[in-house]
Amino acid sequence: MSTRRTGAQILWESLVAEGVNVVFGLPGGATLPIYDALARDAYPVHHVLVTHEQGAAHMADGYGRASGRVGVCLATSGPGATNLITGLATAAMDSAPVVAITGQVATSLLGRDGFQEADVQGISLPVTKHNYLITDIADLAVALKEAFYIARTGRPGPVLVDICKDVQQASTDFEYPDSVNLPGYHPALQAADPAAVARTAALLNEAERPLIIAGQGVLIAGADAELRELAERASIPVASSLLGLGAFPATHPLAIGLGGMHGEAYTNYAIQECDLLLAIGARLDDRLTGAFSTFAPKARIVHLDLDPSEVGKTVTIDTPLVGDALLTLRALLPLVIPRDHPAWAAQIAEWKADTDSRDLLAQESDVLAPPFIMRQLWHATGQGDCLMVTDVGQHQMWEAQYFPHTKRRSLITSGGLGTMGFALPAAIGAQMSRPAEEVWVVAGDGGFQMTMGELSTVAAEHLPIKIAIINNGYLGMVRQWQDIFYEKRYSGTPLFNPDFAKIADAYGIPALTVSEKDDVVGAIERARAEKGPFLLNFKVEPFTNVYPMVAPGKSNAEMIRRPLGSEMLND
Amino acid sequence: MKHTMVAWMEDKPGVLNRVASLFRRRNFNIESLVVGHTETPGISRMTFVVDGDEKEMRQVETQLMKLINVTRVQDVTERPTVTRELALIKVHADSASRSEILQLADIYRANVVDVALDCLVIQIAGAEDRVESFVEMLGHFGIKEMVRTGRIAMVRGNGVKPAFALKEEINGEDLL
Repeated sequence: MSTRRTGAQILWESLVAEGVNVVFGLPGGATLPIYDALARDAYPVHHVLVTHEQGAAHMADGYGRASGRVGVCLATSGPGATNLITGLATAAMDSAPVVAITGQVATSLLGRDGFQEADVQGISLPVTKHNYLITDIADLAVALKEAFYIARTGRPGPVLVDICKDVQQASTDFEYPDSVNLPGYHPALQAADPAAVARTAALLNEAERPLIIAGQGVLIAGADAELRELAERASIPVASSLLGLGAFPATHPLAIGLGGMHGEAYTNYAIQECDLLLAIGARLDDRLTGAFSTFAPKARIVHLDLDPSEVGKTVTIDTPLVGDALLTLRALLPLVIPRDHPAWAAQIAEWKADTDSRDLLAQESDVLAPPFIMRQLWHATGQGDCLMVTDVGQHQMWEAQYFPHTKRRSLITSGGLGTMGFALPAAIGAQMSRPAEEVWVVAGDGGFQMTMGELSTVAAEHLPIKIAIINNGYLGMVRQWQDIFYEKRYSGTPLFNPDFAKIADAYGIPALTVSEKDDVVGAIERARAEKGPFLLNFKVEPFTNVYPMVAPGKSNAEMIRRPLGSEMLND
Repeated sequence: MKHTMVAWMEDKPGVLNRVASLFRRRNFNIESLVVGHTETPGISRMTFVVDGDEKEMRQVETQLMKLINVTRVQDVTERPTVTRELALIKVHADSASRSEILQLADIYRANVVDVALDCLVIQIAGAEDRVESFVEMLGHFGIKEMVRTGRIAMVRGNGVKPAFALKEEINGEDLL
């Protein structure tokens, strides 16, 4: 049988060889050969047509995070490709496995500002793990093989392959490579240096107030069980970065939840008072640490991460552990002496009691505020037996605070880049990778409008996604900062919103608008009862702030805390 | 403090751009950069001088190693090395000053590579401080034009094959 294939055919056959069965894209002039080959040769790959290429990139990202497999997006040259950039940067910051395929002008036109030409390799350089420009069909198969390998191994990340149109149309003998040759890339997983592991064990064994911070790396490494065993063996409280939520069950007695800028007060006190901090698979970025020099001032910090460039990048650490979290924790466990820390546990319990006394949900109020919605969503879904995909802003923080994640990969959110508009398309990608799962989008009215065109994708693909819009008529988080730091000058933050229920209806998606606290539970039930997609437009009280808050340049101990008493509103 | 680093990378189109782009976005303070072929086909060698503290140097090394095409990075600042630089200096030289300049060139073991009625082009290769000193000397006569390559460096003595990372370098043991 002939092995002659066009570049377009090589692309599809390579995707199939990589196990890809869905691609998110939007065709254009520079990808016509690719799309034609899909139709003509009927590859077993489902193409999801998006409204905007940014949506395609977020869908591939959500697919990748939800499944651990590589998500694929496809865009044409020029503006199609540049529309991917926000999504690629989002995936890069949060280590999501994505391969982006873009069309490029023919090689004869390259470099002379042709129609829909852009230097996509140059533009995507800083926001991809690696990228390729294919000007010779002989390079295509190898590039695709390498792209998938790079995207999913080591620290996952987005890889872009830019394919010139004439390469798509050319022909060559094709055989998909069975190995890669990348002398500069060594993703093989190994445990950290034994001497460093031994030192870590010694530090843990002698610590009086130990603390673990679990990051997304625990989920990527699949080290949940080892983390739990370590925490339980030595009675170590476990805090979480935003992306680490769910790596350690939030209802576990040792779980102390999100730390950092919007972490609960007791969590931040624990971080600032601990004497040994083991950070696992967390970047220790500024949202978690507060001012770098003030982070965990009483602790020796042990930083375990697969990526050597992350270890000690931000805060000054005592012991680096460069290696795979799973293998390293397995090496560490036998060296850790079982013990408990009753005084430390009692101290944390005392701080927690104080936090609980200020809890928004503990206050009697008829005002419809987002934390109540988050908690009701948790109850309604069997205490969080679903996938939550949040957008960016106040609602994202309240979800992290009020929706206790007990299952791994039950939260997908844009943490590193903080990309508004992420949630709806990411949920589409996630739902397609987990068709049987209940998937909720929780988005603010600002972020939702950035990518709400993808409602058409939800409808066209018949995805049973439930959408909760936390609608306060403002860019809430920005408004909060203006409230606290800029004397309530709400510059550019009030929003002119459409009626979201009518918008959903225009796409054939049923919807409900909820303005009363008493209607929340019923509305959620109504949404869940719907077999297909459903949109809930929660019109919430606009001036609630997320507390606590660590201001920029401050330490985690210097939190602005929620006023005591019955004020739901701040003034 | 100024550190001398050597990085080996695959000789593929755009690799220099990847490295330069990395230096820019990570805000590394690069003083000089030289790149060329090596004894290994398909591998280029870059020598660069970067200013920063120990923590920044760890970042330079680890971030460079993250680039798929970079095969090895070595900070040779503390190692016994041979370091050299080449400079071509076009110096103002008339009949009155020419012989003095030639004497200086002789003292510095530099070579005249071009002569004109009012200027000379002198080539000097050597350790950086000698080149600096010579440039300063010629400065008194008026330097019309100068090009310097920047530092290249090679660790003295016998060692392992340079272009590919050692095992302990791959898992970051040596950096920590």
